[in-house]
Amino acid sequence: MPGRPVRDGRLILLAAALGLACVLFLTVGAQGDWAFVLRFRGAKLGALLVVGTAIAVATVTFQTVSGNRILTPSVMGIDALFLLFQTLLVFLLGGAGFAAIGPHLRFLAEAGLLMGAATLLFGLLLGRGRADLHRMVLTGIIFGVLFRSLTGLMQRMIDPSDFAVVQSAAFARFSSVETDLLGLSAVLCAVICAALWRMRHALDVLALGREAAIGLGLAYRRTVIAALALVAALVSVSTALVGPVTFFGLLVAALAHGVLADHRHARLLPAAALMAGLVLVAGQLVLDHVFDLATTLSVVVEFAGGLAFLFLVLKGSAR
Amino acid sequence: MIEIESVSHSIGKTPILRDISATIPKGCLTALIGPNGAGKSTLLSLVARLETLQTGRIRVDGLDVGTTPTGKLARHLAIQRQDTTIATRLTVRQLVGFGRYPHSRGRPGRADREKIEAAIGALNLGPLAHRFLDTLSGGQRQRALIAMSVAQETDYLLLDEPLNNLDMAHARGLMEFLRDLAARHGRTVLVVLHEVNYAAAHADHIVAMKDGRIAGQGPPETQLTAETIERVFETPVTITRSAGRPVVHHFG
Repeated sequence: MPGRPVRDGRLILLAAALGLACVLFLTVGAQGDWAFVLRFRGAKLGALLVVGTAIAVATVTFQTVSGNRILTPSVMGIDALFLLFQTLLVFLLGGAGFAAIGPHLRFLAEAGLLMGAATLLFGLLLGRGRADLHRMVLTGIIFGVLFRSLTGLMQRMIDPSDFAVVQSAAFARFSSVETDLLGLSAVLCAVICAALWRMRHALDVLALGREAAIGLGLAYRRTVIAALALVAALVSVSTALVGPVTFFGLLVAALAHGVLADHRHARLLPAAALMAGLVLVAGQLVLDHVFDLATTLSVVVEFAGGLAFLFLVLKGSAR
Repeated sequence: MIEIESVSHSIGKTPILRDISATIPKGCLTALIGPNGAGKSTLLSLVARLETLQTGRIRVDGLDVGTTPTGKLARHLAIQRQDTTIATRLTVRQLVGFGRYPHSRGRPGRADREKIEAAIGALNLGPLAHRFLDTLSGGQRQRALIAMSVAQETDYLLLDEPLNNLDMAHARGLMEFLRDLAARHGRTVLVVLHEVNYAAAHADHIVAMKDGRIAGQGPPETQLTAETIERVFETPVTITRSAGRPVVHHFG
């Protein structure tokens, strides 16, 4: 089919660019013990790649399920719900109890709760199809506000020493990533991405809309709920590692769609993940060495994402 | 055949269908006609399991639409409605390709590709096959969507007002194509039609609906009489004949 080799070529180009960025990230300006440098930077690099992949894949999938290119899981309050569960656990168990569970079990519990809650909530809202899109968006936004307010309330109520235990920052911090969760997150991210990869043809059909999907024999509700559960798990990964990220997913999803001009998720998902990795790694590289850490990656990335959001809205891509 | 038994449907408190029972014969082109709000589209949606049945039962070739797995049903029944807006950037060929999903599950083989090209040809979309959907006119997009359902290659094809955006030539072409599907390929076609004359010229079987009830079912000879049409549509008409088929003059 004409055009296909060209698009695959772009994917390869992206991968090459990312590879180059990773190598530069690990080696540029390194002084002293190589083993230490590689381990230290390697962990940071790993975190950026995992977070980038999680956000990118989650956003592309969520946009397909909701049929809208200006929505992200964050707009719907999914990451706010994650932070709420985190704070709730501290509130109920106290700082000591919370710390006693251990970061891995805690993360799994939070992710599991989020998967359940997100599928319940958004499964209900999305079940009726895109006709209810506006209601779904409004409901999601309101729930996001609700979750953030409840989180804030509980943070004021818990003991200040307990509060220090909670990771729920208001904004993402790419600089200090929770590296003790990195291994678990990477595995979880890989498993979920593999599951979504297996669903790639179903996701293509889902993009046609509810009626066309049902007409073509796709188990619509089941597929939507499965996709949302996986999206929620990916959001858990990224939020647990760096905190809530609002617009970055939108930026990389838009870039992936724009660069590829291909509707197939078999190409979109990898492209978005590569794009996210590239933006984060190259961005951090530039900030570290050119701007001398004068500003944080999250600020730049969210700013760029916000601009992407405005651009999409004004261009009328919402459809 | 399609067996519809005692189907009632309400949206909220408003009854849309009242105790509908009908049999759509196999291997024929059946036209579903009636005034606005008669429940034609709703009935079609229920047969195609796009809506959940509230009461009653619908069977397609013996398969209960409520309990049969949706993937299996998609190999027997295809539906195309009017108001589908597709958000993704697809070419006509890619869209028609989706029609093979129930058979190929996203991995089209050579046979699938041949059927896709056949469907594109049948709807005269050859010159448009590489174009993106959002660059086409409403009528062209409509034909592309119908081609997708045709590519699904099912025994039953359900179309909801497929002629709406089509010009004279394409509307006639499509009706002749559907009649051919039924007559020569033995497929069962159920179409909701707004313009009664297309039903008069091409349908083997007519089901007339009014106010959520069946107002009559049978061949065009018996159903398309002035008395029946005036009762169903509440507008005076005169009937003449042309080429052995009734022609309904309702324009004023």
